[in-house]
Formats: sequence, C-alpha cells, structure tokens
Amino acid sequence: MSQVKLTVNGKEMSGDAEGRTLLSTFLRETLGMTGTHVGCDTSQCGACVVHVDGVAVKSCTMLAMEADGAAVSTIEGQAADDGTLNTLQQAFQDHHGLQCGFCTPGMIMSAADLLKSNPKPSEAEVRHHLEGNICRCTGYHNIVKAIMAASGQDVSNIAAE
Amino acid sequence: MYNFEFEKPSTTADAVAALADEDASALGGGQTLLPTMKQRLASPSKVVSLTGISEMQGVCMGDDGSVCIGGATTHAAVAAGASAYPALAALAGGIGDPAVRARGTVGGSLANNDPAACYPAGALGSGATIVTNAREIAADDYFQGMFTTALDEGEIITEVRFPVPEAANYQKFEQPASRFALVGVYVAKYADGVRVAVTGASEEGVHRWTAAEEALSANFSADAVPAAPGADGMIADLHGTAEYRAHLVAVLTKRAVAAAS
Repeated sequence: MSQVKLTVNGKEMSGDAEGRTLLSTFLRETLGMTGTHVGCDTSQCGACVVHVDGVAVKSCTMLAMEADGAAVSTIEGQAADDGTLNTLQQAFQDHHGLQCGFCTPGMIMSAADLLKSNPKPSEAEVRHHLEGNICRCTGYHNIVKAIMAASGQDVSNIAAE
Repeated sequence: MYNFEFEKPSTTADAVAALADEDASALGGGQTLLPTMKQRLASPSKVVSLTGISEMQGVCMGDDGSVCIGGATTHAAVAAGASAYPALAALAGGIGDPAVRARGTVGGSLANNDPAACYPAGALGSGATIVTNAREIAADDYFQGMFTTALDEGEIITEVRFPVPEAANYQKFEQPASRFALVGVYVAKYADGVRVAVTGASEEGVHRWTAAEEALSANFSADAVPAAPGADGMIADLHGTAEYRAHLVAVLTKRAVAAAS
C-alpha cells in the first residue's frame, strides 16, 4: 500500500492504494465519493468519466497511483455548495437529459470537457464527443439538446422530442 | 486484477532499469493493458508507467522533414499537434473516444500491435521508423503478426518518426461497439511510390497490400485499385466474414485514394 494524494474538487484528499487500485475505486471506496459511477468497468460506457488535471478520462481505466498529485474534478464538484446546479446540470434537468441517471455523471463530465474546448459545438460535434458515453434510457436526443442549450444555443429546432 | 508493484520513473533510463525485472510490464496510457489485466489475461508483477517521462512526450519536426512523435504522446496530443502530417493527425483523432484518446499513447498502441488498431496501419503505411531505447526499427521489420512485434523484453518505444508523404488518407470502417477498425486502410503517396497498409482484416495483423501499391504507384486514382484480395487468411468473426473483410479492403482503399487525391 502507498499513499495517494489528490486535490479533488479543490480539496486535498489522500488515502492508501494498492498498485491495482483504480482511480474509480479510490474515489468511490477510499474517499467515499460515489457520484462517479462504474458501469461497464471495461472503458466502454463512460459513466466513470472524471477530469484529471483538466482532461476527461475514464477513471475505471486509470490507476489511482498514476493520478497521484493530480487535480481531479468529479460530479460532486459541479453544483454550488448550496446545491444549486451548474448550467450544464440544470440544462439536463430542463431538457430531460436523463431518465435513470446512472450515466449522467459521466455525461456531464464529458460534456463539460467538450464545452471547455468548444463553447458552441454543433449537434454533430456533441454526438461525436459523446461516442464514449453510453446511455441506455434516453436515446441521446435530450442529452444532446441539454448540452447545446447549456452552450447558449437555441435548441427549439434540434433533435427529436 | 492481480496486484503488482507500481513505479513511475521520470527518465527513459530509469524506466529501462525498472523493466529489467522478470514479469515487469511497461504501461503507456493503459487503455488496453488495464482492461487486459482486469480480465487476468496479463498479470505482471511490476507495472512501470511511462507517462511521467517528459523526454518521451510531444510532437516535433525532424531534420529530415519527418514528424517525430514521442512514444508516450497521447492520441489527443497527436491529433492536435501533428498538423504537418494531417492524415496521421486525423487517424489519431479517430481512435476510440475522447477519454481514451486523452490517455492512450502511440508507443502503447504500436507495442501492443492489436490486429485491429489504427496506429499500426499509419506506421506501416508511412514506412515509419520505430525508435527504442536500444535501436531504430523500420516499420517493415517491426510488425510480425497479431500482437507480435520486433521489440525485445523490456524494450521501450521512445519515439516514432513518420516521413511526411505528398498525400495520404486513412479510412476506417468502424466496429461501432469497440470503435476499433473492422477494417482500416492507410494509403500514403511518396515520391518513390505508394504504400497501402491494412489493419483489422488479416489473421497476420497489419500488412501491406502490395498489388494495390504497384497499381497505385503507376496510376494514383481510385479506378486503379485492383479487385479485392482473396479471403484466405482474413479474419472471420461475428462482426464480419472473411469475404466481407476482403471486400472492405478494396472499398476502403478506393475511398482513401479518392480522399487523398
């Protein structure tokens, strides 16, 4: 066991990890932050996406020790301290971008990654960027719509209801 | 996965020393190795991460005009940084999905030599040079069949040098679940001839389609692409028959030539 130190959503946190401890396991089981979900555990579904030093990665396919010293952003850090949702989260609620919600932490973190580099993405760009995020409820239309709405674009004419 | 000792050296020399242990394994971005270890198809006693080695990062231009990519450079960094070789940048930008591209590395992909990976087609199609801590290996000598390369135990890919062609294009027919190539064809036109590299199709892994190379070297047009190669030795699985893959080889070669010319 070695100690792994992370700055998670701006707060310094640490815990013991084995070589094989995945970042997703470390966040959920060692730090108790269960907002990051593990869907497939095979780097397909994207429910576990977090940002490591500003870059979106699948935390089920990165070792905790590889992230030692890094700044990690998770879904828990997205809303304000009083629980007010951020723009992206609010857009998901407003446009019904979730049903069961299991994939939503990864969807939000991937979408935030996209909007950081591309503040006004086209519908095609949103869909392309979400290639590694799987949702089995919504059919994606309202997720795409929510992300475009969060980017400040008119969504009245895009995607099916 | 089974437990292991973890090291993250900051120089190539330290990484080579750490990999001298029996059963030690180098870890690039881990986008293949970690899933493989979860399935217990690999169980190294020691994992040596190469991501902390700054001398193995980045894209630059070589003195001979080739694009040089550090072995630990991510697909995302190549997609964004290899503007001097647009076809290669496009190939890197089409691997997996954005989160996978943020971790996966060119050295990791080439060392693994998955028979359906994109980079082996780019490297073989470009006649790239694979530079290791010990030597330089021509792509034609490097790829030795499915998951098999010329690398020795503990040898690390430190850099890959891609000669920049006059025109090039990569066409991937994507297997939509895995986002690997069901078949992928890389076509590159150099002053001394055309190279055509095929991934995803053959039981032998990435390979050159020499009949197409000869025809395209004489006449670089989609009409010159020969009839599909034979289905013998092509991969057959639930995603496609050998005949289907052989057919795709010719179709994708034509598309690549049309897009490049």
